[in-house]
Amino acid sequence: MSPICEIRVCLPPEGVDSPWTLASYRERGGYQAWERVLRNQTPREEIIETIKSSGLRGRGGAGFPTGLKLSFMPRDGVGQKYIVCNSDESEPGTFKDRDILRFNPHQVIEGMALAGYAIGATVGFNYIRGEYYEPWQRFEAALAEAREAGLLGDDLMESGIAFELHSQRGAGAYICGEETALLESLEGKKGQPRFKPPFPAQVGAFGKPTTVNNTETLASIPPIVRNGPDWFAKIGVENSGGTKIYSVSGHVNRPGNYEVPMGIPFRDLLVLAGGVQEGRALKAVIPGGSSVPVVPADTIMECTMDYDGLAQAGSALGAGSVIVMDETTCMVEVLERISYFYFVESCGQCTPCREGTGWLYRMIKRIRSGAGTDEDLDRLKSVADRIEGRTICALGDAVAWPVQSFLKHFRHEFEAMIPSREAA
Amino acid sequence: MTVEPGAILSESVLQKIEAEAGKYPTRRAAVKSALRYAQAEHGWINEDVVSAVAEVLNLERIEVFEVATFYDMFYTRPVGRFPVRVCTNVSCLLRGADGIMDSLCERLDVEAGETTADGRFTVFPAECLGACGGAPMMSVADDYHENLSAEDLDAILERYR
Repeated sequence: MSPICEIRVCLPPEGVDSPWTLASYRERGGYQAWERVLRNQTPREEIIETIKSSGLRGRGGAGFPTGLKLSFMPRDGVGQKYIVCNSDESEPGTFKDRDILRFNPHQVIEGMALAGYAIGATVGFNYIRGEYYEPWQRFEAALAEAREAGLLGDDLMESGIAFELHSQRGAGAYICGEETALLESLEGKKGQPRFKPPFPAQVGAFGKPTTVNNTETLASIPPIVRNGPDWFAKIGVENSGGTKIYSVSGHVNRPGNYEVPMGIPFRDLLVLAGGVQEGRALKAVIPGGSSVPVVPADTIMECTMDYDGLAQAGSALGAGSVIVMDETTCMVEVLERISYFYFVESCGQCTPCREGTGWLYRMIKRIRSGAGTDEDLDRLKSVADRIEGRTICALGDAVAWPVQSFLKHFRHEFEAMIPSREAA
Repeated sequence: MTVEPGAILSESVLQKIEAEAGKYPTRRAAVKSALRYAQAEHGWINEDVVSAVAEVLNLERIEVFEVATFYDMFYTRPVGRFPVRVCTNVSCLLRGADGIMDSLCERLDVEAGETTADGRFTVFPAECLGACGGAPMMSVADDYHENLSAEDLDAILERYR
């Protein structure tokens, strides 16, 4: 068996000294793509076509084709437009954007410049979650270096092209990772999602057409423009181009970020992460962050880690946040914790989510305390089903999927905690 | 109630707010930064701070107050000089976050949410802080501390005086 290797596209190569500096980024080809665009005044359409044919899909969770999203922006040149980077990484189990910002901030800047140019935006904002102080500092230092080097600002390389970029820090709210909540927060309001339509491409930041992309998505763009779309597409699998950073956490020997080709078999990823802790048996995996359906061990061991592979397993790639649970894990406890998270992070705007998240959490807590009743299990499912699809944003779905999937695969663990069942 | 912002916010805070406001087409967009700068000096956000920030950014006080109460990192009551946030979400839970939380509270002689008698620390159970590869983890003020064990806690806390 050949050893399983990382291929680093968004993370800097291993062993590089201070990879976050401009000098280091330049050494590995950084800003070549942006400078070529500035020199040649590359047609905007050409960049969008390049991104389209690379097969790049949004890395923030939804997996929407990035080139297509950029093409939704109005083409007429009048009026301000914005490119916004979503670095509000907050989905439990996700920690990849933190490392991109800490170790490769210039690649995010170059990606935003290229995407901004492609949609005709002269200003960009990177919204970084408030708790990420060190990543924000690194990004700010990189911005200063890029401005100093004439890579950001007005009339860059005497091309007449302008691009300015700012960061804004969040202040602690999971919901701001939802793109329209992020835009509200960017404007200085509570982070409550907007009803769509209008979509951000029509009415985004400050009322202007805006594209919001995830940090990893934008960091993928410079190498795509530099090396060509085929290079990127060939790394991945059909329908999922490129590499993906998988954030592996939980009961593994070597938790951490692993950047590997899309479509890696789960079993290989598990080997990379050092296998299950203490030689224990695998019980289940949440493959895409706490909101996606849990997958039992037998199924995930046969699964490939890409959009289609995980959809076939009844789950989703999400942000590639892989939470590994061994045989000692109490699934009721894990679901209680997940449900508590969505309960406290619900923004309170939509009734099914605001009220339903509390009902779910309190019922699961009651079951775990030994005071659950026979009816609770069906009631859990019924409440989850009535939240799903009935809210402005996807947080409602994020609440429902764990409950539905934990009950589907691990119902016996819940039943075992209900006193009337035990006696029977 | 109107206040004179200069009586509440220092010159340096006022300057930083102006620099931030200059990035955006609206002054309102600077509100989170303004509250952050003010909180760093005052320790928490009281009604005077809300009024002063509102005055500086030409906002209604409610527009500032609703932001101050929506986001976890703003404190609308007094807290310790170094807020400690222990992640208790799934990835940390699977790697012993409960034990870290218990040891920390025991060492500092507080319950979750309380401030130490000397006013140094307030301990909060936290939602996922995005460092699950280093679970269990906590933040103290702006710093992350990862791969924690109960034995590490004293040495870490010692650094914050």
